[in-house]
Amino acid sequence: MSLKTVAFKHSVQIYWVVFAVRFKTLLQYRAAAIAGVITQIFWGSIKLMIMAAFYAQATVAPPITFPEVVAYVWLGQVLLGLLPWNHDPELDQLFRTGAVAYELLRPLDLYMLWFARILAFRTAPTLLRLVPGLIFAMLLLPLIGLEEWQLKPPEDVVTLVLFLCSMVATVLLSCVFTILMAGAMFWTIEGRGVASLMNGLVVVFSGMVIPLPLFPSWLQPFLQWQPFRGLCDIPYRIYSGNIATDQAVAEITFQFGWVAILLASTYVLFSFARQKVVVQGG
Amino acid sequence: MAYISIENLEKHYRVAVRRKGISGALVNLAYRKHQDIPALADVSFEINAGELVGYIGPNGAGKSTTIKILAGILVPSSGTCEVGGLTPWKNRLQHVSRIGVVFGQRTQLWWDLPVIESFELLKSIYRIETEQFAKNMHLYSELLDLDEFIETPVRQLSLGQRMRCDLAAALLHDPEILFLDEPTIGLDAVSKLNIRSFIKSLNKQQDVTVLLTTHDLDDIEELCDRVIVINHGRLLMDGTIADLRARYGNERRIVVDFQGKAEIDEVHQEHLLTLENNRATFQVSTQVPRFISEITRRYEIHDLLVTPPPIENVVAALYESQDGGI
Repeated sequence: MSLKTVAFKHSVQIYWVVFAVRFKTLLQYRAAAIAGVITQIFWGSIKLMIMAAFYAQATVAPPITFPEVVAYVWLGQVLLGLLPWNHDPELDQLFRTGAVAYELLRPLDLYMLWFARILAFRTAPTLLRLVPGLIFAMLLLPLIGLEEWQLKPPEDVVTLVLFLCSMVATVLLSCVFTILMAGAMFWTIEGRGVASLMNGLVVVFSGMVIPLPLFPSWLQPFLQWQPFRGLCDIPYRIYSGNIATDQAVAEITFQFGWVAILLASTYVLFSFARQKVVVQGG
Repeated sequence: MAYISIENLEKHYRVAVRRKGISGALVNLAYRKHQDIPALADVSFEINAGELVGYIGPNGAGKSTTIKILAGILVPSSGTCEVGGLTPWKNRLQHVSRIGVVFGQRTQLWWDLPVIESFELLKSIYRIETEQFAKNMHLYSELLDLDEFIETPVRQLSLGQRMRCDLAAALLHDPEILFLDEPTIGLDAVSKLNIRSFIKSLNKQQDVTVLLTTHDLDDIEELCDRVIVINHGRLLMDGTIADLRARYGNERRIVVDFQGKAEIDEVHQEHLLTLENNRATFQVSTQVPRFISEITRRYEIHDLLVTPPPIENVVAALYESQDGGI
């Protein structure tokens, strides 16, 4: 077994350790989680009010129905933590203090080590906020007479399974974009610049601001092929049935295709960065 | 064969040259000029297994750059470097599992976690056997007295406590060599003594090779048989502390307490450093015994003390000397 495969197997093992450690750390930030849930519910409600107003005025049938938009908006809110709009502040800290030197001292593949860190950073807070968000959107809304705005479960089990498959790709895609931001810090030291650039692209082109089917039709050919779609648009539309079961497999393949391309290119970027890295200061 | 061998090692940093003022800053946005700053120029030395070597030099001399290259973090511009038969930056994974590194100004522990959890994380990362881990934990928590704060989150530790934990963290996987980059920086006297005696016993009893950089020359005097001095990226000296003193510190200070007020003769004035009340300090570099006998004959003397110059002065003289002379 080559060293690379040993390192690979190994960091898969330590992923669980890193994950557990990170999750435990993040559990300390209960106030942040509560604030996050409240903000997301607030935003979800505002967006739905705007959407409802638009749909009430629509003269032609939009390419995505109102119940589908409701699912799109709520899933976007409860899964907001998966959107790679920010980067891991812990990695930022490592770069600023130069403690990144210690990361390079570990007998691990740096890319894999950071992928593990980032996977935890993406999933742990999301899992923490997912449950209260879902309780509100699925259970509480009908209780206060807003069935129309309720997040309904998927049509059938097949849809649910397809949605979950798509979400696996979404999580990977999100991690790859996050690691791209981390990798950029090898050149820029400060992470905020790249993060705000990424933020703009991700929020618009994933469908987080406005569901992608509602964009003008001349933009659709471009929107169809760009990778950010795999972050929200594809899984949410599979969930609501806007993407039919028979098309879903192709869409999920499309997601994994981008995952493969971006994984490979960021991995190359990292090995290139490793050669030129300079840890400053004494 | 030597455990570490470095030959003609060079490292240049490419640095953007910034222009001054607002107009300069605007030009910088459009066009950047780069400059190569040499950090290491033609450095060669060898270290054998089991040695405890001090690596000193003024700020910016290239000490940390050398350590980072030896640790496999930095790739040098040219030259060769082998540690235990491996080139650090080429066989990084294999290399780093055999070395321990402490950067005194940074911590390798997880800030939010209790110390013990950081150690357990390192256990997984280095794949340390449970038995070996237990043995080392026992050994180092005794030697470094870690027990009272092992459950405390790292952010709440004092600097001295943190440094002790960092030392243990670097040693859990039984490295063959330990690189210490300013391990005593900012520590109080007691902590420094503890760290020193720990490093000493580690080298003598556990047979760990140690390369130590520091600005605290007492560290070097206490610990190292051998000292390598660099400045401006060049090797100035490689030898024992005694060599260092012999070459740059052969003058003596003579502190004399006179009985009553003394008038210093003109011939002795040139050696005089200070004269306060009845106490004079002379500095003499040759024929010290003759100078002493002259003085005792000439003046009424109450007490007399001869000291070698402080190691600081010796090293300062070395840093300032241009040729160095290897």
